[in-house]
Amino acid sequence: MGLRTFKGGVHPYDGKELSKEKPTKELKPQGEMVYPLSQHIGAPATACVSVGDTVLRGQKIAEAGGFVSAPIFSSVSGSVKAIEPRRVATGDLVNSIIIESDGKFIETGFEGCEDYTDLSNEDIIKKIQDAGVVGMGGAGFPTHVKLSPNNPEKIEYIIANCAECEPYLTSDYRSMVEEPEKLITGMKIILQLFPKAKGLLGIEDNKADVIASLQKLTQNESRIEVVPLMTKYPQGGERQLIKACTGREINSKMLPADAGCIVDNVATINAVYTAVVEGKPVMDRIFTVTGDSVMEPRNFRICIGTSCKEILEAAGGYVRPPKKLISGGPMMGFALMDVDVPTTKTSGALLCLSQDEVSSFETTACINCGRCVSACPENLIPSRLSKFSDQGDKAEFEKWYGLECIECGSCSFACPARKPLAQAIKTMKKMVLADKRKK
Amino acid sequence: MSDLLKVSSSPHVRAKDDTTRIMLYVILALMPTTIFGIFNFGLRALALVVVCMATCVLSEYLFEKAIGKKSTVGDLSAAVTGLLLALNLPHTLPIWQAVIGSVFAIVVVKMLFGGLGQNFMNPALGGRVFLVISFAATMTHFEFDGVAGATPLALLKSGEAVNTIDMLIGRTGGTIGETSTICILIGAIILILLGVIDLTIPGVYICSFVVFLVLFGGHGLDSTFIVAHLCGGGLMLGAFFMATDYVTSPITPMGKVLFGICLGVLTGIFRIFGNSAEGVSFAIIFSNLLVPLIEKVTVPRAFGVTRVKKPKEVKANE
Repeated sequence: MGLRTFKGGVHPYDGKELSKEKPTKELKPQGEMVYPLSQHIGAPATACVSVGDTVLRGQKIAEAGGFVSAPIFSSVSGSVKAIEPRRVATGDLVNSIIIESDGKFIETGFEGCEDYTDLSNEDIIKKIQDAGVVGMGGAGFPTHVKLSPNNPEKIEYIIANCAECEPYLTSDYRSMVEEPEKLITGMKIILQLFPKAKGLLGIEDNKADVIASLQKLTQNESRIEVVPLMTKYPQGGERQLIKACTGREINSKMLPADAGCIVDNVATINAVYTAVVEGKPVMDRIFTVTGDSVMEPRNFRICIGTSCKEILEAAGGYVRPPKKLISGGPMMGFALMDVDVPTTKTSGALLCLSQDEVSSFETTACINCGRCVSACPENLIPSRLSKFSDQGDKAEFEKWYGLECIECGSCSFACPARKPLAQAIKTMKKMVLADKRKK
Repeated sequence: MSDLLKVSSSPHVRAKDDTTRIMLYVILALMPTTIFGIFNFGLRALALVVVCMATCVLSEYLFEKAIGKKSTVGDLSAAVTGLLLALNLPHTLPIWQAVIGSVFAIVVVKMLFGGLGQNFMNPALGGRVFLVISFAATMTHFEFDGVAGATPLALLKSGEAVNTIDMLIGRTGGTIGETSTICILIGAIILILLGVIDLTIPGVYICSFVVFLVLFGGHGLDSTFIVAHLCGGGLMLGAFFMATDYVTSPITPMGKVLFGICLGVLTGIFRIFGNSAEGVSFAIIFSNLLVPLIEKVTVPRAFGVTRVKKPKEVKANE
């Protein structure tokens, strides 16, 4: 079948069957909630509550720190216990608001919207901005900024990233099974901002049931089209998704808008729906707890700020001791040293593996086999780039397009010598970019 | 805090294939032609295969021991080199010469340049060419069914008739592993199915060689002539098993194409215009030397970089 896709990529074991079939369960957190002030790309938010304050669920606890930033809301009712640095999933210490939940979940009032078609573009963007919607697929780019491109009339495609190409993750899948109308309405709201644009729902063909149901639901929507994609990692990478859906290519110096596209993940579009139609800020998200160490892998609708530890306990805890804990998927997620880290707007999963296969592997010599080259979705030569990284040769690194790397990890995955190619390239990329900023 | 887990940078999973497994696949794919060679040439061939493999593995082990490096014989690359070298020897070669060839292949061509991944030419072919130059008489003495005789290509060169069916099956004189085109192709299919090689290098090599033959071979489109050239002289073994050697072939997609063309043209030149009837080994090791150059001029353009000037206008389908 001529499914649309991109060149390169890999096929890791997808592990989705662990959590795919179980319905999403509501999880009401008991204990302490942690809200890092930096859950998005851009300026950190600034706390607007003080220690001792009583807060309600849905109350704003931190203001956006600028245009490229987003406010943060409490997902529980209770009192502010502290504002202090806490360890987050990436390993950094981030200033956070700590709230002790009173277990009552008393909400502030939310002002819904009867008919979003009456809203002006400014109103919609404002609602999205005020609700603190950011890219919930992991990047955390403030959505209102994304939806305010320089030339709105040049936007031709709004692409919903329904690929969910990371192995093990099923939160977007469950959301599309359980509440597809949110995705479709959310898409219609965004399309209202861009009258010339067409909405594309890019879905990997391992989710055939969702493709069929969304096709049925959108059959009368002339502006929305379901695009089945080949199941391949990183199909959900922004550039790869744009290529597969529209045939257009962008590089690291371009934004999707330069190719007439805006890409948003399922969870983000759902948040747009919740913000505009229900008037609710970003407080909850769907979260996958999975891996062979977890007693009962499944998805939860969590209150953002809940500790991963609490979510893990709700999934029955460990069935066998974990050797590797990952926030996110195995290809791009962050390894955790401890499970006690808070969830944020961008946390999609906790993966607990009983094997740490990477640590047990020994790196051997590169045999120039070219598997990294065939795997690279960016058409790079990872083995060579990693060599330039080892040698610290920044000029050659740039000449061989090292800065185009999207850090998907396909090269490291494919390498038979078990070389940490992506890791070396990532490091070098940071150094080169830091140099550029200095100039 | 002692039960903190190990943290590492993503990705956290790896594909199944590692170097050892790939080398094992290559050995597996070489089995049809090896077994045929032993069947064809007798136990003498088996002895050479065993001696070459053992010598290669042992010399890598001893060399690494001597310079205090960690042993890498477990990756099986030395075993592959030994097997390939044996398949490129006439079964009548004195054992001691095979031992010297194996030591040369591993110690000089491979280990002195830094071991696996660093050698600039295919070790097995380096060893073979060393033997051809050092022991020209025994290296070019071919017997079949106990009768000494010329290889099909040598016959062809002197204008005699050859039986292409025999060449396809492999019932001819030649080195242990080069005679049976069918067995080599079975091995090639195994390599392709297991994802070890792709068709670019052998495909371009064979096509460009055929084009060269048609243009300069002096026999035009004579199919017997072309088939004989393709089946003879280790071209198939070279194209699928040695030109595709990862270490000594370009990693860039365009580089592979260029490399294949070099191989085809060089093999053609050596065979048609050279003194010797065969030229695959020389063509491959000469092209090996060009690899760094080829890679330098074939850096692929990164995804999306072509359209850096202007986003393309929309197609008229909306």
